[in-house]
Amino acid sequence: MKGQMAEQKEPRKPSRSEDSRPYGEALRIIGVPRRRVDGRAKVTGQTRFADDIFLPRMAHCKLLRSPHPHARIRKIDVSRALAHPGVYMVLTGKDLPIQYGILPVSQDEQALCLDHVRHVGDPIAAVIAREELTAFEALDLIDVDYEILPTISDPEEALATPQPRIHEYGEEGNIHKQVALEFGNVEQGFAEADEIFEDTFFYQGNTHLAIEQHASLAIKDPDGKLTIWSSTQTPHYLHRALAKVLEMPAAHIRVIATPNGGGFGGKSDPFNHEIVVAKAALALDRPVKICLTREEVFYCHRGRHPVLMKFKTGVRRDGTITGVHLQTLIDGGAYGSYGVASTYYAGALQTTTYHIPRYRYEGCRTFTNKPPCGPKRGHGTPQPRFGQEVQLDKIAEKLQIDPAELRLRIVEAPNTVTANFLRLGSVNLTECIRRVVKISDWKNKFRKLPEGRGVGIACSAYLTGAGLPIYWNKMPHSGVQLKFDRGGGVSIFCGATEIGQGSDDVLAGIVAEVLGIDPFDIRLFTGDTDLGPVDLGSYSSRVTLMAGNAAIQAAERGKALLAEAVALKLAIPKERLYFADKRVFDSTAPDNGVSFAEAICLAEARFGTIGTVGSYTPPKSPALYKGGGVGPSPTYSYSAAVVEVEVNPITGWVHVPKVWITHDIGRALNPTLARGQVEGSVYMGLGEALMEEQKFRRLPKRLSHALVHKFPSMLEYKSPTSLDMPEVVTELVEDPDPRGPFGAKEVGQGPLLPIMPAVANAVYDAVGVRIDEVPITPEKVMKALAEKKAGREPRFGPDHFPHVKWPEALRIPPPWEGGDGNAVNDVHREKPRATKEKVLAP
Amino acid sequence: MMRLPLFEFRAPRTVEEAARILDGEGPQTMPLAGGTDLLPNMKRRQQVPKTLMSLSRIGELHQTKLGDAGSRIGACTTLSEIAADPRLRNGLTALAQAASFVATPQIRNMATLGGNLCLDTRCNYYDQNYEWRKAIGFCLKKDGDICWVAPGSSKCMAVSSTDTAPALMALGARVRLVSRSGEREVHLSELYQNDGIHYMKRQPNELLTEVLLDSLHGWKSAYWKLRRRGSFDFPVLSVAAAARLSNKGIIEDARIVVGSVACLPLVAVEASNFLKGQPLNQDSIARAAALAARVAKPLDNTDFDMTWRKRVTAEFVTYALRELRGDDMRGERLLLRRHSSSC
Repeated sequence: MKGQMAEQKEPRKPSRSEDSRPYGEALRIIGVPRRRVDGRAKVTGQTRFADDIFLPRMAHCKLLRSPHPHARIRKIDVSRALAHPGVYMVLTGKDLPIQYGILPVSQDEQALCLDHVRHVGDPIAAVIAREELTAFEALDLIDVDYEILPTISDPEEALATPQPRIHEYGEEGNIHKQVALEFGNVEQGFAEADEIFEDTFFYQGNTHLAIEQHASLAIKDPDGKLTIWSSTQTPHYLHRALAKVLEMPAAHIRVIATPNGGGFGGKSDPFNHEIVVAKAALALDRPVKICLTREEVFYCHRGRHPVLMKFKTGVRRDGTITGVHLQTLIDGGAYGSYGVASTYYAGALQTTTYHIPRYRYEGCRTFTNKPPCGPKRGHGTPQPRFGQEVQLDKIAEKLQIDPAELRLRIVEAPNTVTANFLRLGSVNLTECIRRVVKISDWKNKFRKLPEGRGVGIACSAYLTGAGLPIYWNKMPHSGVQLKFDRGGGVSIFCGATEIGQGSDDVLAGIVAEVLGIDPFDIRLFTGDTDLGPVDLGSYSSRVTLMAGNAAIQAAERGKALLAEAVALKLAIPKERLYFADKRVFDSTAPDNGVSFAEAICLAEARFGTIGTVGSYTPPKSPALYKGGGVGPSPTYSYSAAVVEVEVNPITGWVHVPKVWITHDIGRALNPTLARGQVEGSVYMGLGEALMEEQKFRRLPKRLSHALVHKFPSMLEYKSPTSLDMPEVVTELVEDPDPRGPFGAKEVGQGPLLPIMPAVANAVYDAVGVRIDEVPITPEKVMKALAEKKAGREPRFGPDHFPHVKWPEALRIPPPWEGGDGNAVNDVHREKPRATKEKVLAP
Repeated sequence: MMRLPLFEFRAPRTVEEAARILDGEGPQTMPLAGGTDLLPNMKRRQQVPKTLMSLSRIGELHQTKLGDAGSRIGACTTLSEIAADPRLRNGLTALAQAASFVATPQIRNMATLGGNLCLDTRCNYYDQNYEWRKAIGFCLKKDGDICWVAPGSSKCMAVSSTDTAPALMALGARVRLVSRSGEREVHLSELYQNDGIHYMKRQPNELLTEVLLDSLHGWKSAYWKLRRRGSFDFPVLSVAAAARLSNKGIIEDARIVVGSVACLPLVAVEASNFLKGQPLNQDSIARAAALAARVAKPLDNTDFDMTWRKRVTAEFVTYALRELRGDDMRGERLLLRRHSSSC
C-alpha cells in the first residue's frame, strides 16, 4: 500500500540509476510508454467537463426545436412561456439575427431560426429558467405558427426538387456545392488500360457518438466581459463566431474549451446553444448553462456524410493504374457546416496512397431536411477510401494478383508531388503492407480459409494537419508560450484543445524532453483563448505536428537562454551542456552541473524574467488551383489492415475475431497513447463497417410530412460495446519524418480508414459475396447470399448513380505533364492569387 | 439532460399496505421495483404516473425458495441474483440464461424479475422522447391516435421485449397477483394478451408478488436471444425451449416459446406438440424449427429488418433445441457477439 501511495506521488521519472541509457542524442521521454499527464484526473473522475461546472445563481437553458422537417415560421408567441413561474427569459431568432458558420463560404446558420426551419431539431426559441425542469415545461408554452413546406429527404429528391430551396445560396436549387477537377486527360488514361472497372458504392452516414453530450456555461464577468466554458474542439473558431454574432469585440470574449469527453469532429463547429447561453448570460447577468440531451446531440450531428460513389478505374495487366474517374453524390443535410471542404475531401486523398497518373473528380453536395453533416474522424475520406479499396480487391481478383501484392506494386513514392499537387512526405506504406501481411499470416489465410471464414486487406493515408486554416490568413497555425519559474516548474500556454486524444500529454512530453525535466513538473494552460496563443483546434490531426513543432521552438529558445547562463557559471562552452534528469550539466563531466531550478535562476538573473514563444506555420502547398486548399498537409500517415471475419452462411451474421493493423506514424511520441488511438480507430471503424447508421424515417407521405431520425438514442443507434471488440494486433512503423516533431506523424484518424473496406473484402473471401455499401449488416449479407444461390451477381449495393449535371471541369495538368499547380481553364481566377478569402478547409 | 417529471412517492413495508395504496390511489399509481425501465420512460414522458410506489422495503418480495417439489421466486429478486444462482440449472437454465442476457451488469443489479415480467412493450415509434413523438404527431400507445407501424391497425403493435417471460412460459410458470380484495394465481401464458397497450391482464390494483414453478425434475431448458450487440440491447427475437426427455432420449413433454415478435410471447403450440414422442435428432429439430418459426410475425418496429428477423427464427429455434440435445453451442453463442453464458 505504501508503495502504491509513493508511486502516486512520484510518477515515473527517468533517473540515471534506473535508466542505463547513456547521455547523448537518445530520447529519454519521447518514445517511452508513459502515463499520460491528465490520466490521473480522468480515471479518478476529477476532470471537470463543461457540465460539471456549477456556479452560484446559475440559470438553465432549454431549446425549443422544430417538430417539422421543413417549414416557414409565420409567428412565434412566447408570452405564455414568459409568464410561467421560474422562467427568466425567452430568446427567439430576432434576438440573434446575425448568421454564422464554420466556413467563410457557408455563413448559413442562425442561433435560433428566424423564419425558416430546415430539419426536425432546428432550434427556434430558448427558455432560460431557474430550474432545468421549469425550462423544459415552458417549451410547451411557446406557440409557433408554421407553414409546412415539402420535405426533401435525400440527394436524389434534392436534385429532382429545385424548389422550394432549403437555402437561398449554393450552386442552384438544392445543390449546395459542385466540384469538377481533372488532373490530366483521364479518357486517355482509360485508352491505355487493359481493363476498366466501374463500380458504385454507398457509404451510409453515421455520427460521432462522443460519450459527453455538448454542454456550455456562460457568465458575464464583473467588468462586463463574457466568459464561456464549452465542450468544443475549436475554441478559436467559436471565439470568432461569438464576436460576430454578439457584435462584441473579440478582446472582450474568453472561450475556455473544457476537456472534451470525446470529440471525433462533432464539436468542431460553433454551435447554436453556445451562442444562446452567451447571449442569455450577458442579458441576465447570471451564469447560464445548457447540457444537451443525447437526442439533441444527434440533431447537432455534423457527422459522416452519406455518399453515393461511382469509381471508374483503368489498369494495366500488371495492376498499374492508368486513370481514375470518381463521382460522388453527397447528402449534406440542412446546413453547410464543413460541407464544402467535405466535398473536396471526398476526392482529394485518392492520390496519396497509390500512383494515379490521371485523375478526374466530380462531387456534388445537396441540402436535405436532416441534421447537417460535417467532419467525422477521417473527414470526407473514409467513403471514397472504402470504394477505392474494395474496387482494388475486385481488380486484384480479376487480374489474378494477390491483393496485398497488387498494392505493393502501386504504392506511391515518398517526397512526391501527386497528380493533384499534394506534396507527400515520408511514405512507409510498403513497410506497413509487408508487416501486416507477415503478422496476420496473410499468405496462409487469403483464399485458403474454410468456407465461412475469410480475411481482407485494405490501406489508407491521412493528413497530418490541414495545410491551410479555415479562414484565410498568413499567421501561424499554432503558438506556444512557456513560462519558466524559479522553482524549476515550467508552464505551457497553448490554445490546443484536449479532447481525449492526448494533446496535453504531447505538449508536456515534448517540452520535458527538450528541457530534460519530468512531464509531471509541467503545468498546462490549454484551450483558453485568454491565456494561450492561438492554436486552430483539435481537427484534421493537426495538433501533434503543429503545436508540437511550436512547443519545440519555444522550448529550444528557453533552453538556449538557460544554457548561456549556465555555461557562464560553469565556465564551459554552452555546446557541451546537456539537459536531463532535471539538471543542466557538462556532458563530458556529468557531476559538474546545476539543477534545472538553479539554471532558471541563473538565466533570470542574467536576462530578466524567462518566457519564450514558439509557433508553427505549414509549408506552402504547390496546389494553386481553386479547391487546392483542401488536401495539402505537411505530411501524411499511412495504414494497412487485415481483418478476419466469420460469416454465418444461413443468417448472414458477420463476426470479427481479429484485426491486425500497421501504422506509419513517423515516431510515436508516447507509444501508449499512439496504440490507444489505433485501437480506438479500429473500434470506430468496425462500428461503421458493421452497424452504425444515422438513418432517417420518412412517414407515409399520404399521412405525414414527417422525416425523423430513426432512433436518436445511445441504446438504438448501434455502436459496438467492449464485448463486440475483437483482439487487435497493432504495430507502429517508426521512421521519423523530418517535418514532424521528433519525426511524428498523425495517428488519430488514419487507422480508421482501412477497416471498413478490409471487412468488406474479408466477407467476400469468406462467402464470396460483395457488399458494396456500409454498414455491412446481416440482412444485406443474407440478400447477397440469396443472389449467389440463385446464380445472379453475388452482390448487395447501389445499382445506379443518378444523372448529375456536372460543371465543366477545371483542367490542371499533373506535374509530370508540366503542370504548375494552376488550372489552365479557370477564367475566374487570376494567378498568382493569395490575398482574397478563398475556400479553405480543415 | 433529461429530468424526471414531479411525482409523489410511497414506500410501503408490506404487501397488504402496497395493495391498499394501489387500491386507494387508482391507476395513476405505478409500482417501482428496479426502476431501470420505468424511470427512463418517465424522463421521456412515455409514462407519467402521479405516484410511484417503491417495492424495495417489502421484505417478502425478496424471498426465494427453490426445491425439488417446486419453487417460488420473489418478484423483487434482482436479475443479477437469478443469473448467478447456482441452483438455477438443468430445468431452470433458460431462466438463468434469460436473466443474464438482460441489458448490462449495472442494470441487472437493479432490475427485478417482476419488473422484467411487467416490462412495458417497446416500439421504435414509442420509445422516444417527448419532442420526437411530437414530431410524428404521437402514436396510439401514448398521446396519439394512429399506429405508425401499421397505420390501418386499430390496435397498438408494440413488442413484448421481456427476456424472462418467454423463458418462464417455457417452464410452465405461474405468477401470484395480490390485490386488496384477494389474490390469484395465473399461468404466465395466460397473463399476456395481444395488445401493445393492454399487454397484461394484471389489473392496476394488483401487485405481482412472486413467480411459482412446479417441479422441473427431468426437464432441460435453453434460452436464445437475438440482439445487435453482446450487451445493452433488448431482444428482437427470442426463443425459449424446454423439454422433458425419457431415459432413451424421447421427448415426453416440450414447450417452445418465441418472444419479441409480437405484443406478447407466443407459445409455438404446433411445434411443441410435434416434438412429443420424438427423439431430438436433426430431422425432428428441423421440423420443429420450421413449425415454430411460423408463429413469428415480426413488424418493422424494432432493430433489424423484419423480414430478416422472420427468416432467422427457425435458425434460433434450432440453436435452442440443439442445446437441449446436449450439443456444444458455445461457438454459436460466441459468434452472436460473445453471448457467453455462465450457465
